[in-house]
Amino acid sequence: MNHTQELVSPAAPGYRLPRWLAGIAVASLAWLVLYSHLSELADALVAAMGLSRATHLGEAIHFFLYDTPKVLLLLTGIVFLMGIVQTFFSPERTRALLSGKRVGAGNVMAASLGIVTPFCSCSAVPLFIGFLSAGVPLGVTFSFLIAAPMVNEVALALLFGLFGWKVAVLYLGMGLLVAIVAGLVIGRMKMERHLEDWVQAIHAGEAQPFAGERLSWVQRFEAGWHHVTEIVAKVWPYVLAGIALGAGIHGYVPQDFMASIMGRDAWWAVPAAVVLGVPMYTNAAGIIPIVEALIGKGAALGTVLAFMMSVIALSAPEMIILRKALKPRLIATFVGVVATGILLVGYVFNLVL
Amino acid sequence: MKSIKVLGTGCANCKNTVKLIEEVARARGVEVALEKIEDIRQIMSYKVMATPGVVIDGQVVHAGGVPARSKVEGWL
Repeated sequence: MNHTQELVSPAAPGYRLPRWLAGIAVASLAWLVLYSHLSELADALVAAMGLSRATHLGEAIHFFLYDTPKVLLLLTGIVFLMGIVQTFFSPERTRALLSGKRVGAGNVMAASLGIVTPFCSCSAVPLFIGFLSAGVPLGVTFSFLIAAPMVNEVALALLFGLFGWKVAVLYLGMGLLVAIVAGLVIGRMKMERHLEDWVQAIHAGEAQPFAGERLSWVQRFEAGWHHVTEIVAKVWPYVLAGIALGAGIHGYVPQDFMASIMGRDAWWAVPAAVVLGVPMYTNAAGIIPIVEALIGKGAALGTVLAFMMSVIALSAPEMIILRKALKPRLIATFVGVVATGILLVGYVFNLVL
Repeated sequence: MKSIKVLGTGCANCKNTVKLIEEVARARGVEVALEKIEDIRQIMSYKVMATPGVVIDGQVVHAGGVPARSKVEGWL
């Protein structure tokens, strides 16, 4: 007999997919069980430490023990899902979708795509130029550039977890609005001449044909998991530090302390929050627990979200990177328009809620 | 000897990509001429839309995020 027997190797796709699906099913179950018992877990741990929630220390520790697993669970779950969603989008595909779209509809689409297209701030310039050279209008490109870092899945996941879906949807809406309107305004200002000269030279209709990658579901799951390890590994120290800080504020700062400074009646709170946020930069995860503590102590929601958006969307590192492609005037316009947008949104929110 | 260029403006992902390629090349005993390109104009000449990017013998083989180890091994 001469035939060779083909072994089904563990690496064959037919083998891996069922394993992935089973793994995901088990993990989801474990996730749900853990998530629904967080409060009891925290209570039990605090009691085991011999502390009472009536004390400052006890309350602070309870906050920490409740929020840390909660935030980490949410982060892992949502980042995993987002990692998978992102495999359906790529900068090339987004560019192909956006090129030639009219201003207006294009801005809305750009802002929405900014949420699901994978984006790292060091790619800002290549992406920016790639879009322009494919015929995507300047304003539309800006809408994307504003939405992408600001309305990211980490921010949404954490807001959802700590404040409920209404606040998360609010932030999403606010973010999209700022991105769309700011992009429209910048587009109207016809600032193409404020692009660096070498960029203007490239900006001459070089649309690349899009060569898409067809991924299998196993590859998509792997990408999702890769996304989790990549992000959670980078971000967990900030999350812990942020929650610890939040716990301190929660346990020790008197209720309504923030209301006098950041409350609804302090009209200057929103501009102050936005201005304060501009030079600051932290990733979305680090700032959210602080946001939670601030709101828990009476700061107005609009003001706090404005502060958060300002910190994330306008960062010195990103401006430095963009400086390579944009002249100072355009960068200043960019910062100004976005800051104003955030300001307005903050005010409207305080009024409406 | 393979000529490999890593395109990146200097963020952590770009550095990690360089390290990864060096590691895999060493592990496999493949000789590579590794070059890091940080000038944005040169990067754009390869028409990539995201960094880090990897160019082998003049062809762009990867753009965006640190490439998976299996992908790097496939190149070498």
